Amino acid sequence: MYQTGNLVKELTEKHGRERKSLIPILQGIVEKYNYLTDDAMVEVAKELDISAAEVYGTASFYSFLDTAVRGKYVIRVCKTITCSMKGKGEIIQTLEDMLKIKVGETTSDRMFSLVETNCIGWCHKAPAMLINEMPYTDLTPEKVVEIIKGYMNK
Amino acid sequence: MEKKGLNKVGLIFEKIDAREALTKAFNMSNDEIIQQILDSGLKGRGGAGFPTGLKWKYTAAEKGPEKYIVCNADEGEPGTFKDREILDRVAYKVHGGMAIAGKTIGAREGIVYLRGEYRFLLPKLLMELEEFHKMIHEIGYDFKISYRLGSGAYICGEESALFESIQGERGEPRNKPPYPTTSGVFHKPTSINNVETLVTVMMIVMHGSESYKQLGTKDSRGSKVFSISGDTPMPGIFELELGMTVQEFVNEFGDGDTKAVQVGGASGFCVPRKKFTDTIIGFEGVPTGGSMKLFNSSRSMYNVLHNYLDFFAEESCGQCTPCRVGCQQLLKGVEKVKKGEVKSTYLNELIKLADTMKIASKCGLGQSVGNAFRTIVENFREEIIY
Repeated sequence: MYQTGNLVKELTEKHGRERKSLIPILQGIVEKYNYLTDDAMVEVAKELDISAAEVYGTASFYSFLDTAVRGKYVIRVCKTITCSMKGKGEIIQTLEDMLKIKVGETTSDRMFSLVETNCIGWCHKAPAMLINEMPYTDLTPEKVVEIIKGYMNK
Repeated sequence: MEKKGLNKVGLIFEKIDAREALTKAFNMSNDEIIQQILDSGLKGRGGAGFPTGLKWKYTAAEKGPEKYIVCNADEGEPGTFKDREILDRVAYKVHGGMAIAGKTIGAREGIVYLRGEYRFLLPKLLMELEEFHKMIHEIGYDFKISYRLGSGAYICGEESALFESIQGERGEPRNKPPYPTTSGVFHKPTSINNVETLVTVMMIVMHGSESYKQLGTKDSRGSKVFSISGDTPMPGIFELELGMTVQEFVNEFGDGDTKAVQVGGASGFCVPRKKFTDTIIGFEGVPTGGSMKLFNSSRSMYNVLHNYLDFFAEESCGQCTPCRVGCQQLLKGVEKVKKGEVKSTYLNELIKLADTMKIASKCGLGQSVGNAFRTIVENFREEIIY
């Protein structure tokens, strides 16, 4: 859990209090905290003067607006056909072994979450994954180990 | 049938002087620009292939001061990555195309809807946008562009779902009509164009419609940026003239053992080896938003089909029953056939279901699931069963 503090207020100042501001505000919270808590969604609802159900209904539609706990670094491994053909399975295995979690889980220190995602637009450099917004392509198990070590040492 | 062979083209990524192209456009009347785009024969490059000139003509004809030009950069079709490359390399031409569209239809505001998966590009794009705003101000024209990010929903590439998303709602497609040209984003007249379409417009204005028309065939004018992946020694982005056969494509990009090419992504068509020579890549044959995936004989087409159905079952927005239930049932259905729990003739029932989805689904997602389903099942039936 996290406390949003002034973040929701700052985001509504920046994006406005209209309905069209809702998604940029939610994206702003996720950019900082990686997922949406119930409290954060209620706070956004109050600021925009809409029901919390509307906020949850919108957030839960979008796979990048997570409403379940996520770590600081969300690893999204592409599972669509080319990545799947070119070794996605090995990449997932390497990540699971290294982080000691399964797909869909978050490490106990809340540093990493591992999920699968649909086509991220790097089929010519498959297999590929995103860590937060950064794409990593032409992956091999060795390369993945190096990348994750880099994040661990950050 | 008109055939063109395989020819590489360098139009989309050609460096041009944006100021020169825009000045040229702003000195033309709106009718002249629409006529030039109509003459060029340009059809939308996102995949659906609606004539761009007509879209602009309809939007321009709408009354009312508030109109929008929306750039669809929610490139989510499996196997498509050309819009990312275009935005990365020539964003100034995308912004320029939007300004030309804005002037033509009477819109002062443009919105780029960029898929969340491409957020890493945003800082660079915003820098380019600043340059663009500076230039357009100097030319003396009032036009503003803003960026909106998606958040990982394939369906938001569907135009009306994209509008809903910009408006802060769930990305659920609307009933049509009304079409975007009368009621688009914020329910105002909107021209929504693909990234590549807008760049192409810029090039047509620069070089004229006559030279553009020389490329391609009667039904598919011009060139197209292809995203090539799968079993190929040359994966990547290639701009090619329209009108080649799949065979010519495979001769260039195949690995010598190509058994099928999926044209147009998961919502497109599977072309098996025996049909390579008589299938043209273009609107007269198999249309594509650019996605070309090659599969060699080491691949199981069951796995390909299963992967696509899994994709659709996840990405269906769930709003209409034929698509929500249909995607799930097709997925479960092929699994049952594979496991031998049902007779192989069950596949015929599944094809009927896919046909029903084509008629009964609300938007292009549910309507196009049957394309890949039918073409893979019909051409690789044994691989699905055994």
